[in-house]
Amino acid sequence: MKDTSEILQILQEKFPKYIVKSNLESAAPFLVVSAKALPAVCGFLKNDKDMNFESLMCLSGVDYKDPKTEDDRLEVVYHLFSMSKKHKLILKVELSRDDPKVPTVENIWGIANWHEREAYDMYGIQFEGHSDLRRILCPDDWVDYPLRKDYVEPETYRGMPAAASKQFAELAEEGEDLGTNPYRAG
Amino acid sequence: MQVEAYAGEEMVLNMGPQHPSTHGVLRLELETDGEIVKKVTPHIGYLHRCFEKHAENIDYPGVIPFCDRMDYIASMNNSLGYALTIEKLMQIEVNERVQTLRVLMAELNRIASHLLSIGTYAMDIGSFTPFLHCFREREKILDLFEWVCGARLLYNYNWVGGVSHDIPSGFVEKTSEFLNQLEPVIAEMDKLLSYNKIFLARTAAVGIINKDLAESFNVTGPNLRGSGIQWDLRKEEPYCAYETYDFEVPIGSGQFGPVGSCWDRYYVRVREMEQSIKLIRQALDRLPEGDVHEMVPRRVKPPKGEIYGRTETPRGELGYYVISNGGLIPFRVKVKSPCFTVLSVLPAIARGAMVADIIAIIGSIDIVMGEVDR
Repeated sequence: MKDTSEILQILQEKFPKYIVKSNLESAAPFLVVSAKALPAVCGFLKNDKDMNFESLMCLSGVDYKDPKTEDDRLEVVYHLFSMSKKHKLILKVELSRDDPKVPTVENIWGIANWHEREAYDMYGIQFEGHSDLRRILCPDDWVDYPLRKDYVEPETYRGMPAAASKQFAELAEEGEDLGTNPYRAG
Repeated sequence: MQVEAYAGEEMVLNMGPQHPSTHGVLRLELETDGEIVKKVTPHIGYLHRCFEKHAENIDYPGVIPFCDRMDYIASMNNSLGYALTIEKLMQIEVNERVQTLRVLMAELNRIASHLLSIGTYAMDIGSFTPFLHCFREREKILDLFEWVCGARLLYNYNWVGGVSHDIPSGFVEKTSEFLNQLEPVIAEMDKLLSYNKIFLARTAAVGIINKDLAESFNVTGPNLRGSGIQWDLRKEEPYCAYETYDFEVPIGSGQFGPVGSCWDRYYVRVREMEQSIKLIRQALDRLPEGDVHEMVPRRVKPPKGEIYGRTETPRGELGYYVISNGGLIPFRVKVKSPCFTVLSVLPAIARGAMVADIIAIIGSIDIVMGEVDR
């Protein structure tokens, strides 16, 4: 069973430039991998006898756009686990907001196929080499990527109102005469 | 998809979102050659209710009712996973009474969930009677839950730092009575259904998930154990003091066909119900005194950081990846749903099956679309 600092040492020996940075002090230590290096690193982590990360627990997209800090990037976070060796690893890939591209790992872990489709659907991250990159949760003709921090809901979708309509309390405050008909339009 | 390219004998069928046997709103696009299915493409998203977006706009305790609604059949386990994750992030240690109550409610909900799963599975296969047995018992469990917290299906029970209601007096005796009465019902249903020739013929050689597929596609829970792999998070990474309880983890052994068939997965669920009864009896015996609201913080404000917490729900391993930026509202809550991962195996295991076998396979992997779509 290895902890993240041991794995980092092994990876730095094997792939000298691929690990861009690491954070070993936090309660959830992680390694940041460059996007192009991801398939090589993940293939090693899965197939090597001592690492044996046969299970991809979770693949998430995250949007770090915080007005308080200067963060402005998208990330893909991979939670790896080895049932045989009982060790965990967190890998992150940092992507720019305008052109988020990262190679797919669906050939390494089959479940990445659906997880990557969800990250594409919600964040617009392009997974290069994916066999079937299309939306999974939103309808196929949905526009824009809902979980991004700067997402604005569309006004209508296929003619149906999509944005949240004003509550009656807001309309009353604005001075509208609501009357007694609960089915008023608009 | 080019329909003209088909040779003329192949059909594209829509096992559409409205279907009595797809366990929710799931659309399966079947390309069949007569009765044999060449390719299955699941289309999901019909029950997507934007849980992750809501979680970024509401405070930490407010996310708990949303968690309940993902897997609405086993709500106690969903909110348990979330509460444990936030407690780990905030480093809150709950007292023993809360831990025991959480185990009690989670295992009762496991029995209720498996009863529903087995009952509806039998009904999908065509045998209606076990459905009635299962739901009659399930109603008694839901009555117990209503007595404790007022709700039958969506409880908002596991809070960060505690539970919402303590159990009323008389609950321990009533639950013991219920368990005594449940055991012969499970045995009766086992005798009725599990070794029935027709049930075996429909399920024992169908939908084999082998070990490599299960690991690659992160299949967990009874679906993984049905393939003969001994892995239960309650034993491997215990939470809520599960390491102090005495219970076994049943796995599929290929009694009537290859290991990893639909029958194995079904049978693991039957045996798991018996183990849950054992766990509940131990929890009822040891229930220590304590205040269930003792460690509930006045305001849930975790420190800046992130965490991935996972628990064993009746459907598999539910994971919560929570990122906190130090405020009152979560920065990101990502849910890894066990039904989502096991549904992605369906195209691989359904190739070459007949249309009726697709029904058997979907029933055996026990999906709830609320959790798949969130």
